[in-house]
Amino acid sequence: MNFHAVKSIYSFEMARFFRTLSQSLISPVLSTSLYFIVFGAAIGSRIEEIDGVSYGAFIVPGLIMLSVLTQSISNASFGIYFPKFLGSIYELHTAPVSFVEIVLGYVGAAATKSALIGLVILATAEFFVDFQILHMGAMLAFLLLTCISFSLFGFIIGVWSKNFEQLQMVPLLVITPLVFLGGSFYSISMLPPFWQTVTLFNPVVYLISGFRWAFFGTADINLGLSLGMIALFMFVCLGIIGWTFKTGYKIKT
Amino acid sequence: MAPILSISNLSKQYASGFQALKSVNLDIEEGEILALLGPNGAGKTTLISIICGLVKASSGSASVGGFDVVRDYRQARSLIGLVPQEISLEPFQTVMDALRFTRGLFGKRNDPALLRRILEQLSLWDKRDAKTMELSGGMKRRVLIAKALCHEPRVLFLDEPTAGVDVELRKEMWEVVRQLKADGVTIILTTHYIDEAEAIADRVGVIRGGELLLVERKETLMQRMGKRQMRVELMQPLPAIPASLARYNLDYSAEDRSLVYSYEANGERTGIASLFADLSAAGILLRDVETKQSSLEDIFVGLVEDKS
Repeated sequence: MNFHAVKSIYSFEMARFFRTLSQSLISPVLSTSLYFIVFGAAIGSRIEEIDGVSYGAFIVPGLIMLSVLTQSISNASFGIYFPKFLGSIYELHTAPVSFVEIVLGYVGAAATKSALIGLVILATAEFFVDFQILHMGAMLAFLLLTCISFSLFGFIIGVWSKNFEQLQMVPLLVITPLVFLGGSFYSISMLPPFWQTVTLFNPVVYLISGFRWAFFGTADINLGLSLGMIALFMFVCLGIIGWTFKTGYKIKT
Repeated sequence: MAPILSISNLSKQYASGFQALKSVNLDIEEGEILALLGPNGAGKTTLISIICGLVKASSGSASVGGFDVVRDYRQARSLIGLVPQEISLEPFQTVMDALRFTRGLFGKRNDPALLRRILEQLSLWDKRDAKTMELSGGMKRRVLIAKALCHEPRVLFLDEPTAGVDVELRKEMWEVVRQLKADGVTIILTTHYIDEAEAIADRVGVIRGGELLLVERKETLMQRMGKRQMRVELMQPLPAIPASLARYNLDYSAEDRSLVYSYEANGERTGIASLFADLSAAGILLRDVETKQSSLEDIFVGLVEDKS
């Protein structure tokens, strides 16, 4: 195991995050604040409580997830795609590193960034609504698991993308709808029965439900199932990455 | 001594069906400079890429310092530095950060003294805090060399180090290569400039259509394959070449009043003595004589034409 290499990649990626701090941090915080103002204050005041939680507070976990998912994917995919685009990826191929070190470095950094962003948004939410977190440990665990598994997913997108368009496609066309339809802004139980069943095929539902349980102690989905689904998603991503590097698919000719 | 780099029966067929390498065998001794010479698309870059881990071979094997480049890739790659053909650097990174990054990738602890020595040797020390995008093309190329050297490799691959580079920078690059050789680094460079191989290489490998046509010491190659020319300057203009000299296939240039005689440098009999005898028998007075070795370029062209 080449730990110097992991550290090298990790600190290089984190350096980019801090170099572009305004971009990395301000834009997610700003957009989340806008959500709070519009959904929490303006519209939320006319919506009744859900499971005994005010609407403004109810959407906090969903909004954090929304940012964390998109940030994990865009950070991780960009991190590995950019050297590919520049050609500087040759260094990774010629260095004495295996995919384990490469993934640890890039995905570790991407997950760290999005976890930081998630925490900053959580702090921002405190300014707009009153809420408390019932299970702090579980909240952090869910946050980290989500950051890691979706950074892995982003890494796959970055490896497989041939151009910037493809890089943007998945976050835009897949993740945003999944998050919006995944119960960020409503409880699944508010949907008609047919759509409740459809929703169960959306992996993001499990994330948001579990994350919301950590906050308020109520969930649409059984907690164990939520955890199991995240773990499954993570292992599937790990498997795909392992296979990609083993076969050299999209990496080596 | 065991060769530092050993390539056996290495072949590569790309998915498109293109056969880039055909069963290449090559041993390289520690400390030498080998130039792989060949036209574009000959397979030079593919060969280097397989050894460095960028491309998977279809069959055959290569080992560096006794380590197989696929099975023992960690040990093998630790011994290798690669300077790629294309300039590809992270634009926002400083020169120093770029070096630290690479050294880390190769599993080595930061060594400020060493990095300073490398940067000074490549005249980049003043630019250590500059972002790579602010550098000139020549400096960027030197940054790539510095990056390739910062984990102290024993074998350095230079893929077309002087492609698209002006004459001055080219000379500068050659100087860098000579310095590295003096430091004991084994260097394999690809080039399609013959004068480059002639200027810096110890051995020359000629590669064409994926085949390694030959590998020879530069001098041996030139001696073995080379033609020599003798130019004889005359006292008096010569209206026509006398019939007695016809068998020498002489070329006469009226402009500088000289006869040119070509002969095989490695021939048993060069024919010079009899030429002189026949010249004096014909009453032709000589003013000056010079002989010249043909260049690697002439040899290369001859070789490539032979095979096609």
